[in-house]
Amino acid sequence: MIDKTPGKEGKTDLSEITLICRCEDVTLKEIRDLIAEGYTTAEEIKRITRCGMGPCQGRTCRELLLAEIARALEEKVDKIAPTRYRPPTKPIRLGGIIEGDADDLG
Amino acid sequence: MKVMPMTWARATSSRIADELPKTADAVVIGGGVIGTSIAYHLAKKGFGRIALVERSYLACGSSGRCGAGVRQQWGTKLNCLLSIDSVKAFERMDEELGYSRSIEFKQGGYLLLAYTRREAEQFRENVRLQQELGIPVSLLTPSEAREIVPILNTDCVHLATFCPTDGHANPFHVTYAYATAGKRLGVKIHTFTEAYDIMTESGKVEGVKTNKGTISTDVVICAAGPYSGVVARMVGLDIPFYPERHQILVTEPVEPVLGPMVMSFSRRFYCQQTPHGSFIMGMGDPKEKPGFSVSSTWEFLVEMAEEITKVLPPVGQLSVVRQWAGLYDMTPDAHPILGSTPCAGLYLACGFSGHGFMLAPVTGKLISEIVCDEEPSIDIHGLDLGRFERGELVIEPSVV
Ligand SMILES: Cc1cc2nc3c(=O)[nH]c(=O)nc-3n(C[C@H](O)[C@H](O)[C@H](O)COP(=O)(O)OP(=O)(O)OC[C@H]3O[C@@H](n4cnc5c(N)ncnc54)[C@H](O)[C@@H]3O)c2cc1C
Repeated sequence: MIDKTPGKEGKTDLSEITLICRCEDVTLKEIRDLIAEGYTTAEEIKRITRCGMGPCQGRTCRELLLAEIARALEEKVDKIAPTRYRPPTKPIRLGGIIEGDADDLG
Repeated sequence: MKVMPMTWARATSSRIADELPKTADAVVIGGGVIGTSIAYHLAKKGFGRIALVERSYLACGSSGRCGAGVRQQWGTKLNCLLSIDSVKAFERMDEELGYSRSIEFKQGGYLLLAYTRREAEQFRENVRLQQELGIPVSLLTPSEAREIVPILNTDCVHLATFCPTDGHANPFHVTYAYATAGKRLGVKIHTFTEAYDIMTESGKVEGVKTNKGTISTDVVICAAGPYSGVVARMVGLDIPFYPERHQILVTEPVEPVLGPMVMSFSRRFYCQQTPHGSFIMGMGDPKEKPGFSVSSTWEFLVEMAEEITKVLPPVGQLSVVRQWAGLYDMTPDAHPILGSTPCAGLYLACGFSGHGFMLAPVTGKLISEIVCDEEPSIDIHGLDLGRFERGELVIEPSVV
């Protein structure tokens, strides 16, 4: 985490400690590395890192990921294809589905 | 399937994509696990300039939607031989492909459950065949099955079979591993590039037309998954083949409690715990009609929940975080169609009928041998397209 390149000695690479996806612990650095490797769609990055696949379904990280891809490609963020939202929008307990448990379905 | 609008597609790919070549020695249509495996294996043989065209991003189709189970417990000799070969390849894949991440191959085995007397009889027959071929499988009583999966409810289970070297892997990583290894060997991968016609002259392939331009080539390999029927029709070939939706879901991750993939053919479900900790489970629906829809339904969620809470009761405590659907590419005998076609230069690798992920390594190898005019290392002449006309079908009894 401590940068050893000349001129930057001792400085922390903030991207290594900046969390993009809190559910799956994905850092900004991981995302930047993948973009540099040529993975430039949100769907691919999601599949490799699980960014946005956690219980919150990408509520925060989805936009952050798109913004990062847009920045790297020098595109407007609305030109970057977003990942698809998958049902259910909130986690539901399997047992609750058959019991019709209102708390689980809310 | 909905294809991404072009404005998005261009924005996400233009900056890094190579220009489409004017000519190639082979063009692979489809960037799923099958197409990328074929491209890699061809490049490894030094076949020449290989271009792979994928109309969206890699693994966007069935490959990125599948359960990614890998089993050798099959009912036909051919499927057993193909999967034995593939398991060996999965075991050394990270190294062979020099993949910087991991394909997450977990060999926790497959536990297959027989719920009827007829199914039990079939399993006994299967196990005889599998053992003859050297597959380390055994027949288990219900209580022995519970020793392997303590959370299993064995009500109505007649018997089970278990093979410890079966397992599952991460389908995205396997596809990307083949793609990056292929690229290193010179394969050109063109994403957001859709083949919309195959040009022929006196029954021979001459080239492929795409939305990004035309590539002249003598060899086209169709690995378009459920869309292979559409591709084959570009040269006027009708293949007996239909797409069928299958649904699947994933739960939140928890501590490891389930070693093997648990599966039943008669009840059509399967369930596994990934190395990440989440449970992935799916179920076939006998009422599903052929079609290209990949929307997911509430009915599936309910049926899956009912079934899994009966079979693995503690799993009922887990929350579902995502559900989705993908397509099986079904053939009448549940075996793939591999090899040449009446159109010279066009090869098919499709019709995997719900088990193409696990056959990807061996398929890549065999197709590359066939394209290079070598004797395939496993005798697969029975898997050619001609078998349907000849009426020589080998039905696989053990599918979900
Ligand atoms: C829910 C589900 C669970 C499954 N579980 C398992 C399992 O446990 N084990 C197992 O072995 N298998 C499983 N399968 C089956 C497995 O997913 C498939 O057999 C396998 O992924 C087939 O790979 P493919 O590369 O042929 O197809 P795909 O991954 O669909 O790839 C075909 C590609 O071709 C592209 N394409 C199509 N037409 C064109 C065109 N004209 N031009 C350019 N590109 C085109 C598509 O965009 C697609 O990316 C499952 C499938 C589903 C749906």
